[in-house]
Amino acid sequence: MGIIKASRLIFDYIRRDEDEHVEEVSRAIDDLSVDIKEGDFVAILGHNGSGKSTFAKQVNALLLPTEGTVWVSDMNTSDESHIWDIRRNAGMVFQNPDNQIIGNIVEEDVGFGPENIGVPTDDIWKRVDASLEAVGMTAYRLKSPNKLSGGQKQRVAIAGVMAMKPRCIIMDEPTAMLDPNGRKEVIRTVHELNQKEGITVLLITHYMEEVIDADRVIVMDDGHLVMDGTPKEIFSRVEELKSYRLDVPQVTELAYELKKAGVGLPDGILTIDELMESLLPVLQGV
Amino acid sequence: MSIKVENINYIYGQGTAFEQYALKNVSFEITDGQFVGLIGHTGSGKSTLIQHLNGLLRASSGAIYYNGENIYAEGYDMRALRSKVGLVFQYPEHQLFEVDVFSDVCYGPKNQKLSQEEVEARARFALTQVGLKEKYWKQSPFELSGGQKRRVAIAGVLAMKPDVLILDEPTAGLDPRGREEILDQLARLHKEQKLTIILVSHSMEDIARYADRIIVMNHGEKMYDGTPKEVFHHYKELEKIGLAAPQITYIVHRLRENGVPISDDITTVEEARTAILDLIRKGGR
Amino acid sequence: MLRDITLGQYYPVDSLVHRLDPRTKLFGTMVFIISLFLAKGVAAYVLATCFLLAAIRLCKVPFSFMVRGLRSIVILLLISVSFNLFLTPGEEIFHIGFLKLTWEGLRTAAFMGVRLIYLVIGCSIMTLTTTPNELTDGLEKSLGIFKKVGAPVHEVAMMMSIALRFIPILVEETDKIMKAQMARGADFESGNVIQKAKSMIPLLVPLFISAFRRATDLAMAMEARCYHGGEGRTKMKPLHYAHRDRVMYAAYAVYLAAVVVLRMVL
Repeated sequence: MGIIKASRLIFDYIRRDEDEHVEEVSRAIDDLSVDIKEGDFVAILGHNGSGKSTFAKQVNALLLPTEGTVWVSDMNTSDESHIWDIRRNAGMVFQNPDNQIIGNIVEEDVGFGPENIGVPTDDIWKRVDASLEAVGMTAYRLKSPNKLSGGQKQRVAIAGVMAMKPRCIIMDEPTAMLDPNGRKEVIRTVHELNQKEGITVLLITHYMEEVIDADRVIVMDDGHLVMDGTPKEIFSRVEELKSYRLDVPQVTELAYELKKAGVGLPDGILTIDELMESLLPVLQGV
Repeated sequence: MSIKVENINYIYGQGTAFEQYALKNVSFEITDGQFVGLIGHTGSGKSTLIQHLNGLLRASSGAIYYNGENIYAEGYDMRALRSKVGLVFQYPEHQLFEVDVFSDVCYGPKNQKLSQEEVEARARFALTQVGLKEKYWKQSPFELSGGQKRRVAIAGVLAMKPDVLILDEPTAGLDPRGREEILDQLARLHKEQKLTIILVSHSMEDIARYADRIIVMNHGEKMYDGTPKEVFHHYKELEKIGLAAPQITYIVHRLRENGVPISDDITTVEEARTAILDLIRKGGR
Repeated sequence: MLRDITLGQYYPVDSLVHRLDPRTKLFGTMVFIISLFLAKGVAAYVLATCFLLAAIRLCKVPFSFMVRGLRSIVILLLISVSFNLFLTPGEEIFHIGFLKLTWEGLRTAAFMGVRLIYLVIGCSIMTLTTTPNELTDGLEKSLGIFKKVGAPVHEVAMMMSIALRFIPILVEETDKIMKAQMARGADFESGNVIQKAKSMIPLLVPLFISAFRRATDLAMAMEARCYHGGEGRTKMKPLHYAHRDRVMYAAYAVYLAAVVVLRMVL
């Protein structure tokens, strides 16, 4: 069993009126089973309302299954006695950088998590130092979060999670509110943590460029898991992706269009280098 | 009809130690019916610039002419200007406040002191223009999805019947299809209603696809101003200031470096596809 | 516009006063305030002046900065001084109409003025040398005794610290919403009181909704980071009294004793 495992997971949002009568039930996750290997960089794609954010909150036990089970590091999220261990093991970074920073000074915010789980003072400092270093924010440790750019704020949020020494990080559209430079900055940081510290990453996004370096891509639609594979496999199914309201990078789209017009190119081209490798012989050969 | 910006400067904290130029000697003219893409990294002055165009910010020096009239002239009606030059801020759904969608869209025209009939006619028109189905009109705006909220917010400005529509990253935070839908809607408005559109965006791909002119801002100064083809020729310089060209531009340049005779004017997938297929066909003959 | 408002007027330099434990500073300010009310006679005021001058010297904040804080109380100062000047009964110096200037009045007014000015400077030394965070920490720890009777001291301190963090964010947001509604023809300035109040609705509704959304987000983020109240929590920056704090407390004791003695003797 991998570090995160969901088995036949179902989750309903239930809206109640003032008298606690059920007013409306909407199914956000419908019979989802997935098993994520430790150390993997997994991207979850899906349009708004596809259930991907709901799934992220399940992994952190912020939401609990209506039916089915979620395990994080072999702990069942429905078992309340594990709740703090689960949250420590599976740290979470949210979309809006302003709404997840609690401290008035960068280093104090990073220390917030360790304080909550009762880490001794000396140890908190060591963890804060190491986490800030890992995300490259040491130079800003005494700054007010309000003075930072969006990308920097998200890196502080990541450091805050790292300071809890998690085994995996779940990122719920961490780049949706950032500009392109901020996006690159955050994605680079997460890849580094994945490679150097072996942290399992679950990245939820709808920016396709952020997905191409992942080990595995999962596509969700309407609460179901609809596609699952390597970026190459997923991006060779352009029409199918578009039917789920998603997009592909321009290079993939061009290769796909050319192939459809009869040019001999392989499936699932993700980078310009790959395109050149197979397109140049075709063009130079003519 | 045109907006003419002449040597405007905007200085924060003038006269203090923190004095800083947010805009420096910016000049350009936008004529009727253009679709302008405004790009620049965060803090380049593009948000400050668009707030000048409808008079929300006042330049420290320089002048702005709307249809030949100086908007800084004494007695100039700023409120009338704001209904002619509509500005939609980033995350416009955060401004919704009325009990239902329709009333919210009525807010703008009501402020224009139009008759109740006219106000409602404008709201209906605007909501239709942004493609929001009538079944949502009497719903609370807060219960809509992200993309729908954004349409309502854009309709709220459209209802004032502006000649120019300025949008600050209208697609931020939406999923790919949502982005495309909003942009297609804007393109339709541009074509059918002859609206002049100024689009602030971080996505070079979107700008290349929709705009016929691009203005690049850097450190408060106008750096480039031209057609997408002209501007994206400078992709190396754009990279230096933290921007980039569409991925297609890079593909085209790589092909050219490898001796493929492809035009470097290409900025969209569609154009690249046609050009490459042409090359293959010609070679095969 | 609104963005120009700055909150928490911390002045970042490294000085002995800056390095003091916030509790020491809180207590010191209290002692100083008490001493001002106990002070009687010129000698006591000379003593208070010395105490204040020492604090000003030690905190390394430019004096002009502290004086700035006085501007906001000029009117209050003028009113209370003139009341004392003219309305204290006693030996008359001269009078204009029914207003009588007396020696006693002159004396009380002078003491009153000095007292007020000292009070403001004393308090601003504390806020200038202590970050809002240290202040909340200091308060939380000092008020720790009340925890035993069930007062939510930790929660209140946490609330204060979060409020401090979100004030600038909400100020900026207000500015944005205001501009956005102005772009839709809103007018926040003209009209009578009722019209003005009504014109605030398009500003206040989005602001409240946004604040609630932020609150929900933040609560979730705090939970995700294992926050579950003050119980079992450790501190990254626990408050520890150092040697200098003990010296300070000794100084306070001596100073307070001197003021009390002067009051009894004179």
